[in-house]
Amino acid sequence: MKKTINAMLLLMVMVMMSACSSLGVKPWERGSLSRDDMLMDADALDLAFDEHIYFSKEASSGGQGFAGGGCGCN
Amino acid sequence: MQLKNKKIAGLLSVATCTLLGGNAQAESETWDIDSALLIYNETDRVSAIEPVINAKKDLGDDEILSMKLVLDGLTGASANGAVPSSQPQTFTRPSGKGSYTTQANETPLDDTFHDTRVSYSLNWDKPLDRNNRRNLGFSFSREYDFTSVGANALWSHDMNQKNTTLTGGLSLELDAITPVGDTPQGLTDMDDRIRVSSSEDRTLLDLLFGVTQIIDKNSLFQVNYSLSQANGYMTDPYKIISVVDSSGEPAYYLYEKRPEDRLRQSVYGKYKRQLDNKDIITTSYRFMSDDWGVRSHTLDLTYRVKMENGYFIQPHVRYYQQSAADFYHYFLTDTQAIPEFASADYRLGEMTATTIGVKVGKTLSDKHVWSVRLEMYQQSGDSSPDEAFGQLQNQDLYPDVDAVIAQFNYSFKW
Repeated sequence: MKKTINAMLLLMVMVMMSACSSLGVKPWERGSLSRDDMLMDADALDLAFDEHIYFSKEASSGGQGFAGGGCGCN
Repeated sequence: MQLKNKKIAGLLSVATCTLLGGNAQAESETWDIDSALLIYNETDRVSAIEPVINAKKDLGDDEILSMKLVLDGLTGASANGAVPSSQPQTFTRPSGKGSYTTQANETPLDDTFHDTRVSYSLNWDKPLDRNNRRNLGFSFSREYDFTSVGANALWSHDMNQKNTTLTGGLSLELDAITPVGDTPQGLTDMDDRIRVSSSEDRTLLDLLFGVTQIIDKNSLFQVNYSLSQANGYMTDPYKIISVVDSSGEPAYYLYEKRPEDRLRQSVYGKYKRQLDNKDIITTSYRFMSDDWGVRSHTLDLTYRVKMENGYFIQPHVRYYQQSAADFYHYFLTDTQAIPEFASADYRLGEMTATTIGVKVGKTLSDKHVWSVRLEMYQQSGDSSPDEAFGQLQNQDLYPDVDAVIAQFNYSFKW
C-alpha cells in the first residue's frame, strides 16, 4: 500500500514537472507579467493587513506566507 | 528572551543607521515608500487604527533591503466567552481590580480591552547567482502583555528559463505572554483567582514549500504547502467559559484552557490572469487543517479594472468557513466532568465569514500611487445550537461580528 502511494506521488511529481516544463514564455514575452499589479505579492500592505485581521478573528493563518503571528490577539 | 530581544533591537538599529547613512551618501538613489492607514471598526466591539510604513531600496545588482514599521492602537470590548443569561452577570476584571456587569440577555463583553502594538520587520533579499535567491527576515513586535521575536529564511530557485520558481523556507518565532493580573490556572473558577505564573511563552516553527509557474504571457499560478508547529502557552488568559445549571443559567465561570501543542498544515493556490482588456483577475484558495480539529476553506477573488487616466477600481470578495476546534464548547454543565481542555472563544467555533469590498486608486506621475479601500466583514455561526436548553434556548449563543475596514494607501519614491 505504502509503495503504491509513494509510486503515485512520484508519478504526480513527474507529471507536474513535465507539465511545468511545457508551460511558460520566452524572455521577450514577459511584458504583461512584469506589471506591478501582476506580481504575486501585489498589494502587499493590503495582504499584510488582511492577514493580521483574519489571524485575530479566525482560527487559520498563513498560506501564501508563514503562519506565525507576531500578535497576542489570538 | 530578553537577551534575544536586545540582540534583535541592536541589529535593527544598526541596520537603520546603515540605511540612513547609505541614503546620505548616495543621493541619486531612491527609496520605494509604501505607506497606509487602516481603520478597523466592529459594531459595539473592537476598534483599531493602524498606520504602517514600508521602505524598500535596491542596493544594486538586484539586492533589495526593506524595513517596515507598524503601529496598532486597539480599544473597545471583546467577548469574554460567557453565555448570556436572563439575569445580569458580574465578572471580575482580568487585573483582579474591580468588576464589570453585563445586562440580562446580552453577550458578555469585557470592555477593558485596549492595547498598543509596535512591530518592526527587516527583510534582505539577495541573488546568489543567476537562478537562486535568498531572503532573510527579522521581526520584532511588542504589546503591553505580549512580545514576539522572529527570524525567517526563504530560498528560491528559478528553472525552465525562469518560468518555474521553487521556494522553500523556514520561520522561527518566540513569543512571551505576560497577562494582566498574571496567568490564571486553566479550568479553575474565575472567582478563586488561582494564578500560576506572571509570564508564559511559546515557540512557532513554520516550514513553507512552493512552486510558482508562468503559464503563458498573461497568466501564472502559485501553489504552497506549509507546516506549522506551535508549542507552549496558547490559551487566552482573558477568556472564560460558563458552567450552567439545569435551567441553563450560569452557576460559575472557569478560565479556558487549550492544548500546548498545535500542528497546522495548509495548501494554498493562487492564480492571476490579465485579460485582453488589461483587467486582472486574481483568485486564491486555501485549505487548512490542524490537530485541534479545525478545518478551514478560504476563497478569495479580486477583479482589477483598468480605467482611463491612471485610475483603477478593484472589487474584492472573500469567503471563509471553518469547523470548530474539538475542545470548543458554547458552555459546560455543572453535571458533567470538567474536560481536559475547553474554550468558548468564538474564534474557535464553527463559523462562516464573508468580506465584500472595493478598492479605488490612481497612478500619478513618477509611480506615485494612492488608493482607498473599503470593506465589510461579517462573521456568523450557529446562534441556536442543538445543545442549548432552558434559558439558553432564548439567547443568541453566537452573535454575528460585523466590521468595517477602511484603508488609505500612498506609495511614492523618495
